[in-house]
Amino acid sequence: MNIVYNGEMDSRAFKDVLGKTIPELAENDPDVIYLDADLMSCIGTAKWGAANPDRAINCGIAEANMIGVAAGLASQGFKPICHTFGPFASRRVFDQVFLAAGYTGNDITVIGTDAGICAAFNGGTHMPFEDMALYRAIPTATVIDIADANQLESVLHQVADIKGVKYIRCSRKSAAKVYADGETVPVGKGVTLREGKDAVVFATGIMIHEAFMAAEELAKEGIEIAIVDMFTVKPLDKECLFKYAKETGAVVTAENHNKIGGLYSAVTEALAGEMEVPVEYVAVEDVYGEVGPQDYLRERFDLTSDHIVRKVKKVLSRKAK
Amino acid sequence: MDAELKKSLQKFATQIRIGTVESIKSRGFGHIGGALSVCDALAVLYGSQMTVDPKNPKMPERDKLVCSKGHAGPAVYATLALKGFYPYDEIKTLNQPGTNFPSHCDTNKTPGIDMTTGSLGQGTSTACGIALADKLRKHNNRTFLIVGDGEINEGQCWEAFMFAAAKKLSNLVVLIDWNKKQLDGYTKDVLPNENLDAKMAAFGFETVKINGNDVEALYEALENTKKGGDKPYAIVMDTVKGCGVTEVEETMGNHSMTVGAEKFDAWLSELNDKLAAME
Repeated sequence: MNIVYNGEMDSRAFKDVLGKTIPELAENDPDVIYLDADLMSCIGTAKWGAANPDRAINCGIAEANMIGVAAGLASQGFKPICHTFGPFASRRVFDQVFLAAGYTGNDITVIGTDAGICAAFNGGTHMPFEDMALYRAIPTATVIDIADANQLESVLHQVADIKGVKYIRCSRKSAAKVYADGETVPVGKGVTLREGKDAVVFATGIMIHEAFMAAEELAKEGIEIAIVDMFTVKPLDKECLFKYAKETGAVVTAENHNKIGGLYSAVTEALAGEMEVPVEYVAVEDVYGEVGPQDYLRERFDLTSDHIVRKVKKVLSRKAK
Repeated sequence: MDAELKKSLQKFATQIRIGTVESIKSRGFGHIGGALSVCDALAVLYGSQMTVDPKNPKMPERDKLVCSKGHAGPAVYATLALKGFYPYDEIKTLNQPGTNFPSHCDTNKTPGIDMTTGSLGQGTSTACGIALADKLRKHNNRTFLIVGDGEINEGQCWEAFMFAAAKKLSNLVVLIDWNKKQLDGYTKDVLPNENLDAKMAAFGFETVKINGNDVEALYEALENTKKGGDKPYAIVMDTVKGCGVTEVEETMGNHSMTVGAEKFDAWLSELNDKLAAME
């Protein structure tokens, strides 16, 4: 895997990737169909959608119906990709996703944009810290938290043909570039971004950038951490998890999500009963979101590189005992 | 309407009622009221309107049924058994451990069931998705959606109705089972939804209100949905909850009933007498 992280922001925003890739997928596969709930203009699909009303179904501000329509289309062999903001893509439509799609066996992809604090100026009402928890509770679902534009593009090219309910959460803005252009990032596999013997940080989404900055700080003190992009939170790459947990003996998770139900939960659930290893987390404490610039929210909800540094030191102190 | 066809559909409806009661009898309890109210519609749909193949239940260009009031499952199971989708006696395993005939319709368990339903309201959207898929693939078929009048308390139904009209799903026929009762009592007392035909027309449907327990009225209304156009169709079926079994009709709380075997036998004997009178 060609990792090109150098701390610089990508010139491509996530919405640019969505606006380019969704039409490509639909044009390359007649079964792919895209549904949105009046937010096409937010991810750059509106112009293409207006010109292709048979491939891009604007369902209006009616998310529950959108998911049901997608499930009905899937029952007839289509491969629907639905988009709306994360809170509406998860908690508002949970029963529809669970039953009409999951339970019934209708395979659909749902993209929830503005994950966690990326909702920024839309505020607490629009800030999903629980979306991964909800989707993880759906049997056989695939749950993905995106780190960079190239990863998003690669994942979009894979998910339409994966069985079950697939949930992808990402920002609409740009993020630090991690993966080289054209790189395939296989769904279901943790990606080693940095090797280190002292502790491992399993991170997802916007926390990858923070983990790299934390690694730099810790290296100054002689602490070397491994960083693994555990972007597929479900199904979790247990082989990768156990390998690094065993090799380093100290685990930290980092996610832009409630500490309940997301990556920290997935990691600790997998480790429990398998091996004794100290685990610490960087995640949103069990609180609601609020409005503000993303930089402010990062501090407000304990999602900075400093918090990762502190948790690495804490886990190392527990490891020493 | 042809007199022979009318007679055969009336017989089919009565046979469906018998199967419904027999399957519910096997457990001693079940959603009998709302199952009996849709038996005439099921008889006319499967007896005169729908192209389906019991040997090939997933035939792509078949007509499809989404029974969004999933608790009417026993009536649909009886219909499909009588059509030959599976041996008749299997419906008597209703709600037994490991059965393929659960309370609410499940497409992964029962041959001929086109969509899983049970969480009320959801079938309205999945039916729209099916109709849209067939329209995009230029199939010459129809999707029939049975919705309860209590069920339309759910906001999702109205999202789906707006969608059906917006996307000009003229291959979708919505049959509203206006039996006037829901679990806790009369719909007019729980959450009134009067003038359903006017509501559906206002939502952009080609709408008609008929006696939903009259096979002739159902046949005429459904024949009229073959003419295409650019609007979805709505048939508001004025029905009696529990229709066909006098004691169930007269019981106020007939959404789900638990009674002894002798009671079920009395109901079956009433239905069998009706069937014999048709011979």
